[in-house]
Amino acid sequence: MTTTTPLEKDSQSEVPEKGSTHEHADHRLFGLITFLIADGMTFAGFFAAYLTFKAVNPLLPDAIYELELPLPTLNTVLLLVSSATFHRAGNALQKQNSKLCQKWLLITASLGLAFLASQMVEYFTLPFGLTDNLYASTFYALTGFHGLHVTLGSILIFIVWWQVKAPGGQLTHKNSFLLEAAELYWHFVDGIWVILFIILYLL
Amino acid sequence: MTISIPPSNPEPLKSLQPKGWMRYLSFSLDHKVIGLQYMVCGFIFYLIGGALASAIRIELTSPMSDFMARDVYNQVLTLHGTIMIFLWIVPVVNGAFGNYLIPFYVGARDMAFPRLNAVAFWLIPPAGLMLISSYFINGAAQSGWTAYPPLSITTPAAGQIIWIISVLLLGGSSIFGGINFIATILKLRRPGLKLMQLPMYCWAMLGTSILVVLSTPVLAGTLILLSFDIVAHTGFFNPELGGNVIVYQHLFWFYSHPAVYIMVLPAFGLVSEILPVHCRKPLFGYTTMVYSIMGIVFLGLIVWAHHMFTSGTPPWMRLFFTIATAFIAVPTGIKFFNWVATLWGGRISLNTAILFSCGFIVNFVLGGITGVALAQVPFDVHVHDTYFVVAHFHYIVYGGSVFVIFSSIYHWFPKATGKMLNENLGRFHFLITFIGFNLCFAPQHWLGLNGMPRRVAEYDPQFTFVNQISSAGALLMALSTLPFLWNVFHSLFKGDEAGDNPWRGLTPEWLTSSPPPVENWNGEAPLVTEPYGYGKTKVPEPLNQIGTKD
Repeated sequence: MTTTTPLEKDSQSEVPEKGSTHEHADHRLFGLITFLIADGMTFAGFFAAYLTFKAVNPLLPDAIYELELPLPTLNTVLLLVSSATFHRAGNALQKQNSKLCQKWLLITASLGLAFLASQMVEYFTLPFGLTDNLYASTFYALTGFHGLHVTLGSILIFIVWWQVKAPGGQLTHKNSFLLEAAELYWHFVDGIWVILFIILYLL
Repeated sequence: MTISIPPSNPEPLKSLQPKGWMRYLSFSLDHKVIGLQYMVCGFIFYLIGGALASAIRIELTSPMSDFMARDVYNQVLTLHGTIMIFLWIVPVVNGAFGNYLIPFYVGARDMAFPRLNAVAFWLIPPAGLMLISSYFINGAAQSGWTAYPPLSITTPAAGQIIWIISVLLLGGSSIFGGINFIATILKLRRPGLKLMQLPMYCWAMLGTSILVVLSTPVLAGTLILLSFDIVAHTGFFNPELGGNVIVYQHLFWFYSHPAVYIMVLPAFGLVSEILPVHCRKPLFGYTTMVYSIMGIVFLGLIVWAHHMFTSGTPPWMRLFFTIATAFIAVPTGIKFFNWVATLWGGRISLNTAILFSCGFIVNFVLGGITGVALAQVPFDVHVHDTYFVVAHFHYIVYGGSVFVIFSSIYHWFPKATGKMLNENLGRFHFLITFIGFNLCFAPQHWLGLNGMPRRVAEYDPQFTFVNQISSAGALLMALSTLPFLWNVFHSLFKGDEAGDNPWRGLTPEWLTSSPPPVENWNGEAPLVTEPYGYGKTKVPEPLNQIGTKD
C-alpha cells in the first residue's frame, strides 16, 4: 500500500544499481498514477457495493439512523485545507526554502492526525457497532479503509519531513520525487474522502 | 531495410547479481532472470495443479465418492482451480513471457521498475506455498475458486481465510506486474520506435495490464469484505444478517470475467509472434489486430453478469449482457481469421511450436463457439453449472492458453537457454497432449447437455462410461508432461546448439545472442520498425559479434 515501492535507480546515486551505465528518464510518477488508478478501483468497488446494498436491501426502521453532519463536515474541511498546505510545502521546496517546506509539512501532517482523531471521536459516539447491521458494517468498512489510507499518508508525510530536515537529506528541489509522490497520494486520498462524504453522509 | 543494428560495445556488461543457477533463487533485478523464475515456478505449480486434476478424474471414474471423501473432493477441486488460474496461467502468460520479451520488444535494457518487478515475483512462491499448506493444517477452502458466499462463509473458516490471503497476495503481484508493463510499453520505448510498430505481444500485454489494473483491485476489495464476514461476522454477503450474495457475485465477476482475458489475451499476443516466424509471412492485419485487442479489453469489462443469468438477474440486465457478450465474438473472430490468413499460403515449417499454435487455434475456436452459445440466456439457464461449462472453460484456458504456453516454450527455449529442444519428442508431446485434451474435455459437453452437475463428487450411474472416457483423456494429458520434461532436461544439457537466431526471426529478441547478455545488448538496441517484414526484410546475418554470451 505504500507508494514508494516503484523505486528506480536513484538518479543521484553514484554506484549504478546493477552494473548499469544506462539511464533513462524517471517514470516513477507515471507508475504511481497507475497504482492510484488501481487503488481508486478498490474504492469504486466498495462504493458500488454500498450503493447496491442501499438500493436493494432496505433496512428495518429501527436500524435507520441519521448521521450527524458537523463532525464529518469538519473532517472534510481539515482534509481540503491539508491538500492546500501540502501544495504550499511543495512550492516552498521548489523555492529552496527548506525551513518553510518543513513547516508546511508539519501542518499538513497535523491536519491528517486531527482528521484521524476526529474520526475516532465519531466512531466512539456513533450508536451502532461494526456488526449491528449491513449499513453499519459498510459504513465502518468504507471509512476504515479510507482512514487506513490517511494513516499511511500521515506516516509518509513524516518521512518526507524527515528527509527534508535531515542534514544532507536526500530531498532537495532537484530531487523531490518523494515529496511529489506523497503529495499526489495525499490529494488522491482527499478526493476519495470528498466522494465518500457525498455518498455516505449526504445521499 | 528496416533493421538498423548499431555498432557493438567491445566490453560486455557484468551483472552484480549472483552467477550461475544461483541467480534464479536470488532477488535478481534482471528481467530475463525474473521471467524464467516466473516460468519455472509456474510450471511447478502446474504439476501440482495437474496432480490435483488427476485426483479429480480418478474420483470421477466411478459414480460414488470412493477415492476420496466428499469434503476432500471439494478441497481438491478448489485448490486445482485456484492453483491453475492464479499460480500457473496468469503468472506464466503475463509474468514469464511478459518479463522476458517486453523489454526486448520495446528496445529497453530492463523493465521500467526492476525492483518492483522482483517484488511482484517473490510474492508468488509464499502465496502458493501458503495456499497448498492450508490443506495440511485444517483443510483447504471448499468453495471453489469462485468462493461464493454463503458457501464460503459456512465452510471451515481457516482454509477459506488462508485462501483469501493467498489470492490477495497474488492479486497484488499481478497489479505490480501490470503497472510495470504499462510503464515499460508506454514510456520505455527506444527512441524512433512508434507504438504501431511494436510486436503484437506488446499490444496484448498493454491491454491485459489495463484489465489487471482496473479489475484486480475490485476483487481485492471484495475479498476483504468477505474476510470480514468470516472473521468478524459482519453481514455483507450473509443473507441471515441482511446481506446480499448477489453483490458478491457482481463484484467477483467484475474481476473474474476480465481474468479470462488476462489469461487469454497474452496468449493471443504470443501466437501472433510465433505464427509469422514459422510460416515466413507478415502477420495479417496488424492494425485490425490492435483494434480488436483494445475492443476485447473494453467489452471484457462490461460483460461480467453473463456468469449470473441464473442468479435472479433482471431481464434488462440479461439482455444487455447477452448482447455485449455476443459482441466480443466480433474482435475475437477478427483475430481468428487474421491468424488463419497469416498461415494461408505461407511456407509453414511443421515444427512443435507451430503445431501447438495451430492446436490452440482449433481448440480456441471450439471454446469460443460454446462461449457464444453460453451467452444466450435460453441456452445458459439449461447448462448453467453443468459439465458443459467445465468443457467450455477448459477449451479456453487449456486448449487456448496452455497450448500457447507450450508453443511459446518450444519457440523461445533456444533463445533463453542457447539449446534446441528435440523436435521429434516435441511432436510426440503435441500429439498426446492434443488427443488427451480433446478426449478429456469433448465428452464433457455431452455430459453437461445431459445434466451432469459440476463440482460434485458423485453422479448418476448413467454417466459412468463417458466419465471414464474423459478420465482416460486426463491420463493421457498427465502422461504428456513426461516427454516434455525429459525433452527440457535432456536438451538443457545435451541439446543441439541453437545459435543466435535458429528460426531466422525478425523481432528484436532474435537480434542478440542466445542466451542474451545482461542488459540485452552490448551496444545500442536495434531499431526494428517492421517486426513482421518476412519476405521483405533480409534477416540480419550472423549476430555473434553483436552480443557476447553471459
